[in-house]
Amino acid sequence: MTDLEELRAAVLQGDADAAVSVARNMLDAGGDLAKIVNRGLIAAMDEVGERYSRGLFFVPQMLRSAKAMQACMGLIQPLLKGDETSSRGKVVIGTVKGDLHDIGKNLVAMMMEGAGFLVADLGVDVPPDRFVLKSQEIQADIVALSALLSTTMPSMPETIRALEEAGVRGRVKVMIGGAPVTEAFAKKIGADSYAPDAGSAVQRARELLGGS
Amino acid sequence: MIVIGEKLNTSNRRIARAVVERDGDFITAVARKQAEAGADYIDVNAGTFMEEEAQSLCWLVRTVQAEVDRPLCLDSPDPLVLARAAECHRGEAMINSISLDAERLQGLLPLITSQPCGVVALCMPTSGLPASAGDRVEAGAELAGRLMDAGVAPEKIYLDPLVQPVSVDAQAGVKILESLEEIRRRLPGVRTICGLSNVSFGLPRRRLLNRSFLALCLSRGLDAAILDPTDERLMDILLSTETLMGRDENCQSFIDAHLSGRFGTEE
Repeated sequence: MTDLEELRAAVLQGDADAAVSVARNMLDAGGDLAKIVNRGLIAAMDEVGERYSRGLFFVPQMLRSAKAMQACMGLIQPLLKGDETSSRGKVVIGTVKGDLHDIGKNLVAMMMEGAGFLVADLGVDVPPDRFVLKSQEIQADIVALSALLSTTMPSMPETIRALEEAGVRGRVKVMIGGAPVTEAFAKKIGADSYAPDAGSAVQRARELLGGS
Repeated sequence: MIVIGEKLNTSNRRIARAVVERDGDFITAVARKQAEAGADYIDVNAGTFMEEEAQSLCWLVRTVQAEVDRPLCLDSPDPLVLARAAECHRGEAMINSISLDAERLQGLLPLITSQPCGVVALCMPTSGLPASAGDRVEAGAELAGRLMDAGVAPEKIYLDPLVQPVSVDAQAGVKILESLEEIRRRLPGVRTICGLSNVSFGLPRRRLLNRSFLALCLSRGLDAAILDPTDERLMDILLSTETLMGRDENCQSFIDAHLSGRFGTEE
C-alpha cells in the first residue's frame, strides 16, 4: 500500500491514531501538502459520504472518520498558507430560527469541512439577519439552512428574503435540508439546491460552485 | 402502557397527499389499522401545511373520529392550532405538546385548564436541547410544577424526556432511562411518554433498536409511547414485557395472544 492509500484507509476506518501517524510520516518525508489533503483526506471523506448515501456506512462511522480527518488537519492546518485554505469555497451553515435541532446540521458541517470547504457554523435557532451578516463578513459562496420541524420550515424562505433584501442573494447559493424538507419545497421557496443527507450535501455544494 | 399511534403525520408524503386531497377513506383506513393494532390514541399532525395547519388538523380530527372510536393526540407546537383542533375533538384529547417556552406555556394553559385532557410536556430547558439526564429532570420538574400550580392533575401530565440518537451520543439511551427513573422518583403521579424512533436515527435495522429500547424504557416505568402500532414485533415486545413486569394478571393477555395466533408459528 502506498502512503496515500494507507492514509485513506485509516480515515475510512476512523482510526485517528493510524491516520495521524501516516500523515506525520508523509509530512516528515516532505510530502506535498495539497496532495495529502486532496488525494488523501478529502478523497477518503468523499468515499465516506458516498458509502453513507448508499446505506453502507452509518452515522457513528461517519463521525469517527471525520474525527480522524480532523486530527490530521490539526497537523496540516498550521503549515497551510492563507490562499490554500479558502480555495474550495466558503459555507455559512445553521439551523433556522425557532429550531433547536443540531444533529443533521452538524453532520453536514462536518462533511463539508471534510471536503475542504471553509465552514462557518452559526449553531441553532439562527435568525435571518445573522445568516446575512455572516455571509457578508466572510464573503460566503454558500448559505446552508437546516430545519427539522415542519413548523420552522417557514424560517427558510424568510432567511432567503433577508438575503435578497440585504443584496447578498446574488452572490451566494442557498441550499437547504432536514427531515421534513423536500426538493419541491426547495424549488417553491427559491433555494438553489436541496440535499437529502450529509453525503449528498457535499456533492450538491460542489455542483453549485461549478465543480464536480 | 398507553400506545399512541404515530402514523397520521403529514411529514409522511402519502399522508400529506391524502390530507391535501381530503381523501377521508385513506386517512380513516390508517387510523383504523392503528386502533385495531392496539393504539389507545391516534396522533394527528398537519405541521407541514403551515398557513392551513389548523384547518387541515380539524379536518383530520373530524374525519378520524367519524369512523374510529379513539381519542386523538393533537400534535402541534402552535397553541392557536391546538385550540382550534380541540374544538373539533370529541372526548378527552391529548395535547401534544407544551414546553417551558413562555409563549407556548401561556398560550396553552387556558386550553389545558378549561377541559379534561392529557398534555405532553417536553423536558426542554429554556436554554436549548437538554444535554444530561439532570437537565431533563430539572426542566420536567419545573414544567410539571407550573402545570400543577395551574390546576392540572399530575396524572394528566406526560413528561417527554426527548429521545436523542445513540448513533451520535452512545449514552443517549442511558440518559433517557435515567431520566425516566428519576422522574418517577421525584414526581410521583406524573406520567412519562417517549417518541421511541429517534433513538435509532443514523443506524441500520432501526425497528430492531426501537423494539429493544421500548423494553428498556418499560422497565424504567415508561407510561406511554408514541410509536407505530402496526409494527407487530414491536407490539409483541410490548405485550411480553408487560407480562414479565407483572402487569398481566394470570398472564392472560399473553396467553390469549398466543392462542389467537398473533405470535406466528415460530418461537
